[in-house]
Parts: sequence; C-alpha cells; structure tokens
Amino acid sequence: MSINKDTIKNVAHLARIDLTPEELETLSVQLKDILDFIDKLKKIDIQKIQPTSHILPINNVFRDDIPGDSLPYNKALDVAPERKGNFFSVPKIIE
Amino acid sequence: MELYKLTAHELIDLLKDKKVTQQEILDCLISRVGSVDSKINAYVRKDTVSYPIPNTQYPIPTSNGIPVSIKDNICTEGYNTECCSRILEGFKPPYDATVIAKLKNAGALILGLKTNMDEFAFGSSTENSCFGPTHNPWDLERVPGGSSGGSAAAVAADEAVWALGSDTGGSIRQPASFCSIVGLKPTYGRVSRYGLIAFASSLDQIGPLTKDVTDSALLMNIISGKDNRDSTSVDMPVPDYTRSLYNDVKGIKIGMPKEYFVEGIDPEVKKIVGEAIDKLKTLGAELKEVSLPHTEYAVPVYYIIATAEASSNLARFDGVQYGLRVRDKNIIDMYKKTRGRGFGQEAKRRVILGTFALSHGYYDAYYLRALKVRTLIKQDFDKVFSDFDCIVTPTSPTPAFKIGEKVNDPLKMYLSDIYTISANLAGIPAISIPCGFSKKNLPVGLQILAKPFNEEMLFRVAYTYEQNTPWHKIKPKL
Repeated sequence: MSINKDTIKNVAHLARIDLTPEELETLSVQLKDILDFIDKLKKIDIQKIQPTSHILPINNVFRDDIPGDSLPYNKALDVAPERKGNFFSVPKIIE
Repeated sequence: MELYKLTAHELIDLLKDKKVTQQEILDCLISRVGSVDSKINAYVRKDTVSYPIPNTQYPIPTSNGIPVSIKDNICTEGYNTECCSRILEGFKPPYDATVIAKLKNAGALILGLKTNMDEFAFGSSTENSCFGPTHNPWDLERVPGGSSGGSAAAVAADEAVWALGSDTGGSIRQPASFCSIVGLKPTYGRVSRYGLIAFASSLDQIGPLTKDVTDSALLMNIISGKDNRDSTSVDMPVPDYTRSLYNDVKGIKIGMPKEYFVEGIDPEVKKIVGEAIDKLKTLGAELKEVSLPHTEYAVPVYYIIATAEASSNLARFDGVQYGLRVRDKNIIDMYKKTRGRGFGQEAKRRVILGTFALSHGYYDAYYLRALKVRTLIKQDFDKVFSDFDCIVTPTSPTPAFKIGEKVNDPLKMYLSDIYTISANLAGIPAISIPCGFSKKNLPVGLQILAKPFNEEMLFRVAYTYEQNTPWHKIKPKL
C-alpha cells in the first residue's frame, strides 16, 4: 500500500490537524517508509487468529449505581481556555 | 553527608533513626538540582514552579516522607502537568492521579517540578519535548533514552531520590538501561492509570525508576492495586514486594530468546548481557535457549496499535476544555489550528498514522491485522512461560545514542524499542537493571520478563543479580 500527499491531506483533515506544505512533504516521505516497514505483517497467515484488543480476561466492569463525589464544575471550568458562566465557550456550531 | 547520593530505603532508615529530617533531605535534593540540572535538563519549568507540593494528609513528616519526582504526564492537582507539549501549556489539573494520591497517603513528598519527557510520551530519546532535550548524565552529548528520560536522568544524576514514569513500549525500561538505573514496567492492570494522560490505553502502565531494586519494590508497594476509577486495574491482592528481595536464584528456570541476540544488536551489548546471563548461571539459575518466533513483528504491530489508540486519545486536545486554543470563527478551523500549532512533529506523525490505520478502507489491512498478530506475540510468551519462570534479554540493542542522531529518521528511532515493546503487547511485567558498561563507559541494561502479576519473580532475580554485582553503585561523574 502506498501513501501519497492526497491521502495524508485527507487523513490530516479527519484528524483535525493543520499541516504546513513542508510538513506535508516530510510526512509523505516518512509515512511511506514506516508503512513499507509495517507491510512485513502481510507475510503472516492470520486467517484463523482471533484479534487481541485487550490483554486481560476482563470484559464488562460493573459497579453498583451509587452516587459519589465528582469534580465540582467550577474546578473543571477553571482550566478552560474560554468559558461563559457554567459552560465551555466555543465558536458557533450551527449555522 | 551527601544525602542526595542515597537510595530511598537508606534515607527512610536515617529518618526512622532521627539522624536526618525530611527538610534536610529536601534541601539537599533541591540544591543538587540547582547545581547539576543546567547540564542535564531533567526537570522542566524550573523558573516558575515552587516545590514541594504541600502534603495536607501529612503536614508532619513521616518516615516515608521521601521526595518523589514525577513525569510530566501524571496529573498533580494544581501543579502544571503539560506532557511537555505546547498544546497543554499552563494546564494545572483539577485532580490528582491515583498514584499521586497514594503517595501522599503514604506520607511521601511530591516535587512540584516535573520531569522531562518526549511530548505525550511519543519517543525513545526525550528529544521530542517542547522544553528541549534531556542530556544523559553518563555522556552529556547523548540521549537519556525515552520517553521517561527526565525521570531516568534525574535518578541517575542524584537529582531525584526516586521517580515515576510511564511505559507504553519501553519508556521506563529503555531510559533506565541508558542511564544505569532500575526501571520497572508492572503488569498491565497492576497500577491504576487514573490521572495518567493517556497515550495508548491497551499498553500504558505507570512504574518506578529507582537507584536499586529495593527502592523499586518499596515504590510498587505504595502505588499498586485496584482503583475504581480505572476499570482496567485488577482486583488482586498486592503482596509486600520487599519479601521477594532475597538473594537466591537456585533452580529458577530462565529462558533466553534466541531472536533477541541476532542481527541489529551491538556486539558490546551482546557480550555484556552474555556475561550477565553467565553470572545468573553461576548463582544457580538454570538457563536455556528459547524461541519467541514472532519477535520481528512486534515493532510494526506496536506502531499500528499504539498510534491508532493515540489518535483516539489525543482527540480530546481540541482547544475546548483545557490548554491551548488558537481562535477562529469556525470551530473546525479552531480545532485544526489549535492542533496544528500545539502538537509537535512526532505527535502529528503518530496521530496521522493512527488515523490512517483506523480509517475506512484500511482498518482490516492494518489495525485488525495488527491485533491478530498481537495474539501470536502473546501466545509466544504463554508457551515459554509454561516451562520457564522468567526470560532475560538485553533492554536495548545499543547503548545511548547521540542527541540528534535519529531525529530525522523516525523508523530508526522506532527500532530502538525492539526488545521492550513485546512486554507491553503481551501485558507482562518487565524490569531493566544495570549490567555493565561499554568501552566508552556507557551503561548497558539487562531486561527480565515474567508472567502476568509475577513482579515478585522479577524482584527476586533482579535483587540477586544486583547483590552480586557492582554496577548499581557506580555513579556518573558530573
């Protein structure tokens, strides 16, 4: 699989990252090298292998639904770059 | 007395005997930072941060009141925690990580100064920090390893008594090896990650970087255990790890994976690690060659899984809730500009690679395939551990490399994690301990790996080796 500048542009948009033209240039070379290296995984027959997404044999971790202390909203909002009253403030989302 | 040279357990003994006060230890440590850190750069934000963090639980010093140094990705309430990234500039967490709360409860002092790291723990050299690189105390022109390079260099240069780091693919063990200290990655699930700024959630673990094996066991006693705030932490009793510190490996079955001693390994590292293995044999351990046949796939599997998880975890840095915001009228542009300016080069590279691996049309070819090969890597270990108590390998294929040597070649940098990554993929515990020096006087580390939740085996073998060798007592000249 080869990766070109258009692919990276598209992926950078999905990842919400602005890239400079120089960054786009460097990344397309570096990511191609890295993906070529990763392609060695294609040598292995994985047809009958189950994926491991998590290493421990735990699935759903439940606990009783008992209200407890949580972070006071003011403490959380104190670190926001911009707030209005008790809310995080962002540019208009709905046109 | 030069208190800064002592280990935590030596200082605890002095405190108990009232031969020294907590304040004297702290003053001595801070003056040591003042005299050597301009050369090392193990700590960040030295001009702006006061220390230590007041311990309200224990206003009166306790015998455990030893200062602990903390990597910049572990949340300390009210004290900057920035992952050495511009995107988190000025971030003061509103809560403590569970490991910090546990340390405070044990009476420890948390240094407000945090240790340097590769941005978001992305790297093997601590060069990807917005605060500039950390220098290796053994050779200032070389890297300390990474990403917990600040913690490792601080401990090695006696600027920290002990420290916490995080390990996703070797970020505690590889710098421990480069700096001649002890670094432990606990079993996945042994230590709570609540308050650790996430890199790759199926791989990350917090662990200790210490001057010797005894300190490593002591720190694990404090930080281990189930935490309701981290659903991946496991509800298993925490043993007293200091009880594993006995000087005996007779009859212990140790495997040497042949795949770890072939191409790519520096001949001096091979020789020094070979001598360490012979030493274990002399001490009564039974050593045999074993095979981990999927070793060569660990690095490519890791760089798919780790970057995929990172791309998802780093989505939260968007200029809305914390850290940097680059303003724009349009919200998508605000996200893009904030992330474009806030992330360093390696962070961009990894988020983009991870987003690619998860994106429509490539998911099966990359991400799903990597998860399946991960299964094979884990099975390799299961097979060996059905007959062996532990495995020994070099921690890194080379000693510390020069600053700048690999920055423009990410693939070469990634390959320096080749011996440490598998433990994260398989979720098993692994420790790196000092095992000698190259002709250029650069440290070499021995890695020991064991079954899940068998840190005790690591401590036993590591302690026995340490007690019968001089390496951990040799200090860099600064």
